[in-house]
Amino acid sequence: MPKKEIVAMILAGGQGSRLKNLTRNNAKPAVPFGGKYRIIDFTLSNCANSGIDTVGVLTQYQPLILHTHIGIGSAWDLDRKFGGVTLLPPFESESGGNWYKGTADAIFQNIGFIDYFDPEYVLILSGDHIYKMDYSEMLEYHKEKKADATIAVIEVPLKEASRFGIMNTEEDGRIYEFEEKPKKPKSTLASMGIYIFNWQKLKTYLKEDEKDAESQRDFGKNIIPKMLNGGLRLYAYKFEGYWKDVGTVDSYWEAHMDLLDEESGMDLNDPYWKIYTADYSYPPQYIGADAVVKNSLIVEGCIIEGEVKNSVLSYGVKVGKNAKVIDSIIMNHTEIEDGAYICRAIIGKGCKVRAGVQVGNCQDIVLIGDNKDIKENTKNE
Amino acid sequence: MLKDYMGVISLSEDESNIRSLTVHRPIASIPIFARYRVIDFMLSNMKNAGITNVGIFVNSASRSLIDHIGTGKPWDMNRKNDGVFIFNRYLNAAVNNDIKLLKNNLEFLYRSKKNKVIMTSSYMICNIDFEEIAYEHEKSDADVTVVYKKVENGDNMFLNCDTLKIDENGRVLSVGRNLCLTDTANVSMEIYIMNKEFFIDCILRCIQDGGCDTIKQYIFANLKKFDVRAYEYKGYVGCINSVNSYYRVSMDILEYDVMNELLNSERRIYTKSNDSPPTKYLNGSEIVNSLIANGCIIKGTVKNSIISRGVVIEEGAEVINSIVFPKCVINKNVKLKNVILDKNVEIEMDKVLIGDKNYPVVIEKGSYVGI
Repeated sequence: MPKKEIVAMILAGGQGSRLKNLTRNNAKPAVPFGGKYRIIDFTLSNCANSGIDTVGVLTQYQPLILHTHIGIGSAWDLDRKFGGVTLLPPFESESGGNWYKGTADAIFQNIGFIDYFDPEYVLILSGDHIYKMDYSEMLEYHKEKKADATIAVIEVPLKEASRFGIMNTEEDGRIYEFEEKPKKPKSTLASMGIYIFNWQKLKTYLKEDEKDAESQRDFGKNIIPKMLNGGLRLYAYKFEGYWKDVGTVDSYWEAHMDLLDEESGMDLNDPYWKIYTADYSYPPQYIGADAVVKNSLIVEGCIIEGEVKNSVLSYGVKVGKNAKVIDSIIMNHTEIEDGAYICRAIIGKGCKVRAGVQVGNCQDIVLIGDNKDIKENTKNE
Repeated sequence: MLKDYMGVISLSEDESNIRSLTVHRPIASIPIFARYRVIDFMLSNMKNAGITNVGIFVNSASRSLIDHIGTGKPWDMNRKNDGVFIFNRYLNAAVNNDIKLLKNNLEFLYRSKKNKVIMTSSYMICNIDFEEIAYEHEKSDADVTVVYKKVENGDNMFLNCDTLKIDENGRVLSVGRNLCLTDTANVSMEIYIMNKEFFIDCILRCIQDGGCDTIKQYIFANLKKFDVRAYEYKGYVGCINSVNSYYRVSMDILEYDVMNELLNSERRIYTKSNDSPPTKYLNGSEIVNSLIANGCIIKGTVKNSIISRGVVIEEGAEVINSIVFPKCVINKNVKLKNVILDKNVEIEMDKVLIGDKNYPVVIEKGSYVGI
């Protein structure tokens, strides 16, 4: 049987309830992002660009859009004869059916999938981060250190460190302690939720953890501490570059503003590290005679006749005459009619903002769900 | 859906007046309307009518076309059964001669299970409903239906296109050529519908009898014998057979109604995707009445222009009434007016290029316009 050196598993089953309306009918990894993408495109493109051709995507919460989006994976060149992308929702077996009870349990239930490729290593990823990373460099590091597990970490400001899982390491990068959301952090190396494991070792720990009734079946809370206790070689791989968890409405909005900021380090225009996504055939964007467009990202199918500033517009958005869109994110096929005024808002797909209506007050971020007809001034839904 | 039809796109097109854009490619793969290629329109028209079996017969350098069409995926034509096929010219064939190309690839026609053929060229840009024409064709019992457009600007457009003389019943009596002597003309859109058997028979007899280089010549030479009917198309038609007409059709798309009809119709126009990111407009940008593709970075001024994918326009640059092909770089304070930049052109800082609206300046692919 042929085998693969490494298999990537993307955890994409979470609800992401802190994104409120954006995840009411959609899983967090499939939430639209950056005008033409969905959040999981970044992770999938990283896999494709890192030369990883075998990817399992673990889905659970509201998977319809996510499944449709990924399809057979051709957008990421992951439609392969052996390997490619496989969607892995929970399933029923002779002994009954189970939801995925935690990140580790999701992998445990798919041991069969991973074993089919008989890999040396398994890469665990989450489907809800915005970043560009070459996993093949992390794998090199993992091999160099002869590690059993390597955890990608990023330097965070000390005052924010207590929001993350913090790795305390020796000078050579070996992890001696892991603290989940410590009150008094000893280091500023936060786990990015990206792990490379030697598959056989991980499998042993997954099977043991499954017998532990106390376990929450979570990599950060259970598997990593158990591996540390077991004396395994765990190393921290320091990532330098842009990375953002877009788990809240505020961070989702900030990540969009980062796309507009030349200095943020998130460049979508790098021909050597393209971000791929499912393709729709829309006509080029049309910018009308009286339009004003400043510091914005706009995609195909948009028709702009009003003013757009510091905003990100998705497929087929229409902005009418004398309408203003400022500091906002507008999702696909939403129509902003003549004279409407949008400031600091996130507006879902298929909405209609009627002529002259004002959405947002330029202070708090206003979030409007999908397919809403907005006839009156709105500060929040 | 036209389940019984196969498509034949014959690219034996006259390139003599559009040489500067066809040095590296056939007319069919000239970039147009910011993100398309000329052939996207006919291929999408076929796809939108449910045609899944299309042969493209290329008579000139085909690298760019083959790269664009690939497996036919954007048009849903990457099929196990049927799909899109590209047939190249043989070295000894004349460029304007499609009959040999068809004859040499008769197997494509024989093998297909379809029994009717829609033959088109690529250079007549339109968003047309083939189903309706096929319906009229089948109802009429004609041997051939040819689609035409009654134009009112025949005195300065559609030069050298076939013109049809039609009787009151819609039968084609004779075929001439538009020399721009009159403003009204019945211009053939080079869309022909016929039975496959008839089509194959024409190819064989054309060679046996001699005297014709193209299948349309053979049909037109036998107008007394064959029942050839004309179908009038009332929508927009843009004819790309000279640099001047390319420029004017491109400017037409900036008229809202034309853009809506061609690009925003329910019958979508499909093209190869490049995974370009959204276009980034920076603070100094000023955009007026322009069509812009994804993947651009715009800091300067763009007026009445068409900007293709991945173009960079630096601060202080002004692009007016111009067409910019993919991946061009327009540096600071450059002024362009009535200019067509082919792919990968870079214009050095402070340069000024001004063409005439009837004679736009064309800068060849890959040029560096500097000192």
